[in-house]
Amino acid sequence: MMKTKEIDVTKLSEKNKEPKWLLEQRLTSLQESKDLPLPKLERTRITNWGFEDFHLDQDKVAHTELNRLPEDIHSFLTHEDNSHIIVQKNMQVVVAKSQGIEEQGVIFTDLNTAILQHEELVKPYLFSTLEGEKNKLFSLHKALWSGGIFLYVPRNRELKIPFQSLFWLKGKNMGMFPHVIVVAEENSRVELIANFVAEQDDRPSVNNAILEAFVGQNAQVRIATVNHMPQSVVDVIYRRAVVERDGKLEWIIGDFSEGRLISDNYTALKGEGGQVNVKAVTMGAGEMKANITSTVDHLARHTTSDILARSVMKNTASSILNSITKIEKGASKSNGQQSGKVLMLNPKARGDANPILLIDENDVIAGHAASVGRVDPMQIYYLMSRGITEEEAEKLIVYGFLGIVLSNIPSQSLKEQLDRIIERKFLQ
Amino acid sequence: MTTTPKLSINHLKVSVEGKPILNGIDLEIKGGEVHAIMGPNGTGKSTLAAALMGHPKYEVTDGQVLLDGQDLLEMEVDERARAGLFLAMQYPSEISGVTNADFLRSAINARRGEGNEVSLMKFIRELDQKMESLEIDQSFSTRYLNEGFSGGEKKRNEILQLMMLKPRIAILDEVDSGLDIDALKIVANGVNQLLSPEMGVMVITHYQRLLNYIEPHYVHVIMQGKIVKSGGPELAKRLEAEGYDWVKEELGIEDETVGQTK
Ligand SMILES: Nc1ncnc2c1ncn2[C@@H]1O[C@H](COP(=O)(O)OP(=O)(O)OP(=O)(O)O)[C@@H](O)[C@H]1O
Ligand SMILES: [Mg+2]
Repeated sequence: MMKTKEIDVTKLSEKNKEPKWLLEQRLTSLQESKDLPLPKLERTRITNWGFEDFHLDQDKVAHTELNRLPEDIHSFLTHEDNSHIIVQKNMQVVVAKSQGIEEQGVIFTDLNTAILQHEELVKPYLFSTLEGEKNKLFSLHKALWSGGIFLYVPRNRELKIPFQSLFWLKGKNMGMFPHVIVVAEENSRVELIANFVAEQDDRPSVNNAILEAFVGQNAQVRIATVNHMPQSVVDVIYRRAVVERDGKLEWIIGDFSEGRLISDNYTALKGEGGQVNVKAVTMGAGEMKANITSTVDHLARHTTSDILARSVMKNTASSILNSITKIEKGASKSNGQQSGKVLMLNPKARGDANPILLIDENDVIAGHAASVGRVDPMQIYYLMSRGITEEEAEKLIVYGFLGIVLSNIPSQSLKEQLDRIIERKFLQ
Repeated sequence: MTTTPKLSINHLKVSVEGKPILNGIDLEIKGGEVHAIMGPNGTGKSTLAAALMGHPKYEVTDGQVLLDGQDLLEMEVDERARAGLFLAMQYPSEISGVTNADFLRSAINARRGEGNEVSLMKFIRELDQKMESLEIDQSFSTRYLNEGFSGGEKKRNEILQLMMLKPRIAILDEVDSGLDIDALKIVANGVNQLLSPEMGVMVITHYQRLLNYIEPHYVHVIMQGKIVKSGGPELAKRLEAEGYDWVKEELGIEDETVGQTK
């Protein structure tokens, strides 16, 4: 399949009427991507995953209406409140609506538009959470990102209605590179839902997405994000966050893609009293392969973190679940907790949970729990002894196992959609 | 079904991991009857209960069991339950993330079948009422199934399930162990509420004190994996007063246990 060329990048940049620095950044990154190695992942071989086997959809697409989206895609929108929505199809945004936020100083647009309209505001944030990290996948993304989101909430604004975004990868061999930036200034409050999806029977190739979140002083941010790509896709998602003093961040992550998946989540607790909760759930069926990492870095005193990761593997699926809690020297009185558990439903399913605590400070509390196991036949027996079928018993146990995360999904309709995905995986 | 329930156990032999444990049990339990099964530790009482329920580790090597004329041993565990068998277990499993209420509703609906699910309102009303009669705290229904429950709470939860599921034949394996006298009365009271010609009961216990509250019509003593003696309620009272030595002497039994490698 084709390798990306300078001309593609130039074309992309021209189409978006980008400033010169951005085109240069893209071209440099493309050059770098040729020499840089793939990221090194714990116990997962990814050399043949096909990160560069994609086509770029450069044709202009018309905007569309929400109700014209295919059911598979539309069902990832919450039904509770659809005031603020951005839908991206491959490289471009096809739906963008938001009501009554401009007068509050809130910005919710695709990232290309944000750069045109608010260049000075956006520029310092763009890729700032990735400084010092280099690998082929980042560079490819940096060269090719398009669409995406810029969500900016000025200080003291508390927004009750969630902002929704949907990234729809469409068409045989297609690739998509969305870049999402969330900025919540001091004392603000906001919630974003970002889902990365494709239709069940479609055969696209690559999703390479990056999400950057900036949680200001005493701000509260919740980000719920679900990936559900079909088996043909290599799905890469890096999520990065910085939390300032007394800021609070909650990640709710559903990794349900069916092919190959790298899901890497990292939060830096930079200011005193910062908090992060990471709730990550995965269910894999068929031949799904996943490497899922949740990292929290405590850089300041009195910071608190809690990572809850659950993974269910079915058929011959396999997942590596890494949970990393770092507490740096000087981050005293901090509390870092983590629990990563894998449940395997078939003899050929594989899973691994790697709990990692890296602690450079004495005066802290840290705890971890990790387990890899199969469904306990005694639990199945107990449930069956009350009349529940074996199949239903297994489902109850799995839903119970994942419930710790699923019960935290902020939207009822999104939760129902995840239930449908899980149901489908049981049939596989 | 409106007929009186009937469980017929004929010459049942059971092995665990190749070791014979039950050596031919014969017993019939009908609706309205309470049968107490007594016997020293390790004589096969729980094995009988588990084999009837269909526990995967217990292998039936001979004999027949009929529930209302149907071959129980041919059925899967869940089919046995739906046919009306219930076992309050000595050591119930803990299941994280599944609330008591969700679990109970699944169990009730499994019996009722698709399209005939119990309405949520009706279910909650009944659950509340049963929990109240067992003096169980309201928070119970949203706690995860048996997770972190005390011994006594687990026992009450087994009885709560019994009351909600209303089986045709109930087997209670040491529901009294670990209960103080007040809790024991509450649990017994729960069972007694259900006693009617619609349900037959097998109570496995070591103690007369439970039988003071759940009065048996028949008492059977198990030793060496067999029923070695049967009688009326007076038999349990004599066992309480005198222990098992007189039974052993009468029958010439030296070691009453079974399946133990010495
Ligand atoms: N799952 C099992 N695996 C191995 N051995 C078992 C198992 N269950 C029962 N046995 C053995 O079978 C014999 C009878 O055990 P059982 O649990 O039926 O006794 P019991 O009469 O219920 O005793 P207790 O009064 O202590 O509950 C014992 O020797 C026991 O070790
Ligand atoms: Mg026993």
